[in-house]
Amino acid sequence: MIMKKYSIFSLLRNSMSYHENWQKNWRSPDPKSEYDVIIVGGGGHGLATAYYLAKECGITNVAVIEKGWIGGGNTGRNTTIVRSNYLWDESAAIYEHAMKLWEGLSQELNYNVMFSQRGLLHLAHNVHDLQEIGRRGNAIHFNGIDSEFLTPAQVKEMVPLINLNCRYPVLGALLQRRGGNARHDAVAWGYARAADAMGVDIIQNCEVTGFNIENGVVKGVETTRGSIKGKKVGVVTAGHSGVMAEMAGFRLPIESFPLQAMVSEPLKPCINTVIMSGAVHVYISQSDKGELVVGAGSDNFVSYSQRGSFDMIDHIISPMVELFPFTSRLRMMRQWGGIVDVTIDRSPIVSKTPVENLYFNCGWGTGGFKCTPGSGHVFAHSLANGEMHPIAQPFSMNRFNTGALIDEGAAAAVAH
Amino acid sequence: MTQTNRLSSGGRVNRAKTVKFTFDGKTYEGFEGDTLSSALLANNVHLVGRSFKYHRPRGVLTAGSEEPNAIVQLGEGNRTEPNCRTPMVELYDGLKATAQNCWPSVNFDIGGINNKLSRFFPAGFYYKTFMWPKGMWEKYEHVIRASAGMGNAPSENDPDTYATKHVHCDVLVAGGGVSGLAAALTAGRTGARVILAEEHAEFGGQLLSDADATIDGKPAMEWVEATLAELRSMEEVTILPRTTVTAYYDHNFLSALERVTDHLGHGNGGDLPRQRFWQIRAKQVVLAQGAIERPMLFGDNDRPGVMLASAVRTYINRFGVLPGKNVVVFTNNDSAYATAIDAHKAGAKVTIVDIRENPAGAWVEKAKALSIQIHTNMAVIGTTGYRKVTGVDIMPLTADGKGVTGQSQRIDADIVAMSSGWNPMISLFSQGRGKLRYDEKLTSFVPDHCQWANISVGAGNGEFTLEGCLSQGLAAGSKAAQDAGFGDGVVPPTPAAPEDAQGDMRILWYIPSDRPLGRGRKHFHEFQNDSTVADIHLAEREGFVSVEHLKRYTTTGMGTDQGKTSNVNAIAIMSQIRDVKIPMVGTTTFRPPYTPLTFGAAAGHAVGELFLQKRKTAMHPTHEEMGAVYEDVGDWKRPRYFPKDGEDMHAAVQRECKQVRETVGMMDASTLGKIDIQGPDAAEFLNMIYTNAWLKLGVGKARYGLMCNEHGMVFDDGVTTRLGENHFHMTTTTGGAGRVANWLEEWLQTEWPEMKVYCTSVTEQWAVSSLNGPKSRELLAELTDIDLDPENFKFMEMREGHVAGVPARVYRISFTGEIAYEINVPHRYGKHVWDALIEAGKKYDLVLYGTESMHVLRAEKGFIIAGQDTDGSVTPMDLDMSWIVGKNKPDFLGRRSFARSDTSRPGRKQLVGILTEDPNVVLPEGAHVVETVKDRPPMDMLGHISSSYMSPNVGRSIAMGLIKDGFNRKGQTLSVPLMDGSVHKVTITDPIFFDKEGERTRG
Repeated sequence: MIMKKYSIFSLLRNSMSYHENWQKNWRSPDPKSEYDVIIVGGGGHGLATAYYLAKECGITNVAVIEKGWIGGGNTGRNTTIVRSNYLWDESAAIYEHAMKLWEGLSQELNYNVMFSQRGLLHLAHNVHDLQEIGRRGNAIHFNGIDSEFLTPAQVKEMVPLINLNCRYPVLGALLQRRGGNARHDAVAWGYARAADAMGVDIIQNCEVTGFNIENGVVKGVETTRGSIKGKKVGVVTAGHSGVMAEMAGFRLPIESFPLQAMVSEPLKPCINTVIMSGAVHVYISQSDKGELVVGAGSDNFVSYSQRGSFDMIDHIISPMVELFPFTSRLRMMRQWGGIVDVTIDRSPIVSKTPVENLYFNCGWGTGGFKCTPGSGHVFAHSLANGEMHPIAQPFSMNRFNTGALIDEGAAAAVAH
Repeated sequence: MTQTNRLSSGGRVNRAKTVKFTFDGKTYEGFEGDTLSSALLANNVHLVGRSFKYHRPRGVLTAGSEEPNAIVQLGEGNRTEPNCRTPMVELYDGLKATAQNCWPSVNFDIGGINNKLSRFFPAGFYYKTFMWPKGMWEKYEHVIRASAGMGNAPSENDPDTYATKHVHCDVLVAGGGVSGLAAALTAGRTGARVILAEEHAEFGGQLLSDADATIDGKPAMEWVEATLAELRSMEEVTILPRTTVTAYYDHNFLSALERVTDHLGHGNGGDLPRQRFWQIRAKQVVLAQGAIERPMLFGDNDRPGVMLASAVRTYINRFGVLPGKNVVVFTNNDSAYATAIDAHKAGAKVTIVDIRENPAGAWVEKAKALSIQIHTNMAVIGTTGYRKVTGVDIMPLTADGKGVTGQSQRIDADIVAMSSGWNPMISLFSQGRGKLRYDEKLTSFVPDHCQWANISVGAGNGEFTLEGCLSQGLAAGSKAAQDAGFGDGVVPPTPAAPEDAQGDMRILWYIPSDRPLGRGRKHFHEFQNDSTVADIHLAEREGFVSVEHLKRYTTTGMGTDQGKTSNVNAIAIMSQIRDVKIPMVGTTTFRPPYTPLTFGAAAGHAVGELFLQKRKTAMHPTHEEMGAVYEDVGDWKRPRYFPKDGEDMHAAVQRECKQVRETVGMMDASTLGKIDIQGPDAAEFLNMIYTNAWLKLGVGKARYGLMCNEHGMVFDDGVTTRLGENHFHMTTTTGGAGRVANWLEEWLQTEWPEMKVYCTSVTEQWAVSSLNGPKSRELLAELTDIDLDPENFKFMEMREGHVAGVPARVYRISFTGEIAYEINVPHRYGKHVWDALIEAGKKYDLVLYGTESMHVLRAEKGFIIAGQDTDGSVTPMDLDMSWIVGKNKPDFLGRRSFARSDTSRPGRKQLVGILTEDPNVVLPEGAHVVETVKDRPPMDMLGHISSSYMSPNVGRSIAMGLIKDGFNRKGQTLSVPLMDGSVHKVTITDPIFFDKEGERTRG
């Protein structure tokens, strides 16, 4: 199937025919008996992997197998924040790799993912925070990534409705101007449409129930729609990575927690950037539809249920009202939860596994969305070459044996 | 003339009390008891707002919280409130409302151009364009954002207060209609603790809109009044009007929002909170939320004046308002005939358009008896009018109902009252993870089963007869109470409530039009977000067939009404397109809250001063007198420095630091975490928690310890003292106190439950004055009975005695490298001892110092601050503290990790001293050290400066940092480039800058 390009002209042309001639964004094929690569998990990372396999590695005999509907997991449940201002060199490398891909993604996919580089602020509320952003800001800068320090007055200028003199007064901020938001669903759909157009089979409503492993080598997967052979298998199933690893016969150092978020009713523009606060414990931005999108830390108890306890929402709302008193009379329209796979160093696993030709891409914790293009890109190259991409190498599972952890959580003590 | 649509009698409004209000700058009158909707309709105001995307004129659709259209901005200034649903706003004198999403006015809205261009804006159009030229998205976005959104956020702080309440109850009844009242009654009679929550101001639900209903031969509202009276007399029953149960979480935890004083008008609440947020743990829940009528999906069904039939009936009977004179009732079922009959009786010219071929039965006969014209097997194919409906075009339906045929005919209409059946409100049940079942007869979803203890009753359970609702309610209340341990489960007989039976409905999810779908007429299924039936077809065409994709692609159900009127219609349309049964399409997950929840109410009292308590030490009042400048450390307010005579921080700190080493200084160390550890295994426990050895520490002796996590990385430190054989006093960092306490408990509870150890936080029980400096011993001697002779009271020992006349534990420990005593007294004596030391210290030239000087003084000695000089990636060895790692201990936390290849490799980042070439330059903390400076980033970094100060005692700037292979680089000259482009040369050194041999401490 030839993908018909989207453009203002195609939109006008289709308007003349009452939009009755638009084509499907992706086919709904039956699974073939064998693929060169099987991707388990049709979220953003999995679809991006399939796309780059087809686009850059010339491997188009690829299946993306999704238990439900594509983009229905964390891809469609996150707060859509994109940034690359990480402390450690290894993190900076992979998130900046993603950032550069974000910057041309709409054109590359011919799908408007609404990547909006509206700027992202990390607020500092105490001396320790200032030290933390001081160190991180410098590290980011000397890694060649944009980074600026703001005074409280400059913060106020960017965010007029903020309460600088809240319980922990704002003492400064770290700004990444290239940070911002994207439209999460569009990322999944855009990758799916572009991958499908190159021949990737996106197979929805097909649950992987097991791996076929012979002599330590993966040969394919068992699914609710029969067994499918695969020369290589990449597992990208955020929220259930531990379950998948167990099926393959090994364990991952991962715990799964509910992570909640919420939106307000739509409002005319009132917050024009992304604001994150560790000490007051909230992050907030405004969607293009006008909803305030608000999140904070994950629940305290492990769970596979895609919702958390109200306690956590309660603990997001007070800080938000404290930092942004104008929100007091506004209303929460919707709250929801997702399941995040958290590793012990809060950094992802992009890695080979004890099973040959079986690769895992998981453990993105609360911050995977922002790395969707970068994760997919390096994972695709790793699957294609049989060797991990250099940017992915530090994120090997092996680091939990060697101790070469990339502990962003401990270092930054901010929502990650 | 005002209130042209007000009937001369009837309704539950108080006609004696006229209420003035303004809408969009014009003043109107209504009555007490009106909602903003009923008052606007009374004044024949139908155009209330503009839609989200196409800016189409919109009016009141409903009479409840499901309202998607009539949404306004309420109030002004600091009390303005966007997105208020007019049927839920009770009228009060002076109410000011403004139309939203329109400019310059709701009558003439520039944005209305979007409607003309709407053929270019189908669902999801934005994914297909705005991509060129590259980099322009933010510019497009700016315009899109301004035209999207709904109301305006306030820009000032909220002057109102809110309350939160946490309660337990036996039976929570959600919904105060007839079935909810019945359930509350039987439950309440058992003595169970019952909460009855009703969203509206009045109880009675559908009965409030029904003038003819009877119970036990009397008007039904008499039964409602009697029931309420009985409930009010019950001590354990709490009756909450204006209270919406907003969410249903696991284990029967529900939340509810009570609008306590909103109806009195802004600022008229007196001492009462504006709203109260209830968090309720209920043993049993009775869900009696009722049902919501479905709109008909016909051409241009969104004009102001097109309303739900039941809403029209509510406005007539409950508010005495006949919204129009020419009423067309468009229906597929008998329930709308009641509206037709009531409108006719109220004086309207009524025409019924019924899609059924041969409607029959009592309701049809009643309408015919009143000479109401009934067009059967006819479809409304479209409406006329723009800002207000002026008429409908009707055409006969084809046999299969998929098309229309024959001649169209126009009927004048200023109101179209539509009904396509009813949807039980299963939101809460579904939030509680209840499973739904599709009921073919009702053509809607009903509750099936749920893991939590709840019972669905009444219309919310698919029961639409009055007797049925009564009967289900009475039974549910009785059963719920019994299951909660009250009563015997006996159900009283159901009172008689005869009604005429209703005939079957005819389902046509989509009402065909004279033109093909998507060409010319818009069939809105979701009003707020302007989502049409054609959009659902487009979504299917493009592959968005699952209900989750449909929702996200068309934004249906994503509005402030959460799709209450649109959900089932959308699913049904998709099922038709895909030719699968409705349950195959599935339902979206209903997400809390049921109706939007005020953030301020959820925050409750926890805002401003009460957001998080400011922790203050016992000595705080004296710090205030001394003019301390504070810093926030954790939740504590700690004095950072004590400026004198207009000193800035630098000057004060230089003075304080110098004087501590010359005479004596005193710091308030009360905020350090303190944990009392007792039990026969206490020493062994510490031996596992800390890296060094603890078993042989003598009673009365203190020891410094490092704590590592499982990865062998330092995460806290402190001095712990053995008070007795099985009794220790641990100190932690101020910021880490809670973390360490949790850490100890986690290990005790989950990994070493066999250990007999008990930990108690005593941080706030002890006030600590820390004396440091050569004259500290002399000063303390003035006030204590403890023998301070250095031969008898050595460094790292503890003595008990009295200081300033109160019992004290004095620890001889030091974070400055001076002779030092930490005087711990019970909190209540803290200020007394502190003040006494200040007084006695005058002759020793005592200086008060804060955290900033503490940091400088410890850095002079190369002492680390965990969390500043460590970052979760630093081992004791990286700190050059191998001496503190027990070589002979069999195990301790972190030990195994030290052997890992990366953790034990050479060349790791290590803590070193860093001296600038220019002794006057104080490098910013966080600056990075490089070997080779390049013209521009990126450049390879060796590590960073973790601590950096001007030291008056060393006489120059000093710094510490974590540098790759730092120990081997001592003596090397490296560079520190700053973000401003400047570069400073530095030399790597040992991190101890003052009194390297440590003679002063032990003196």
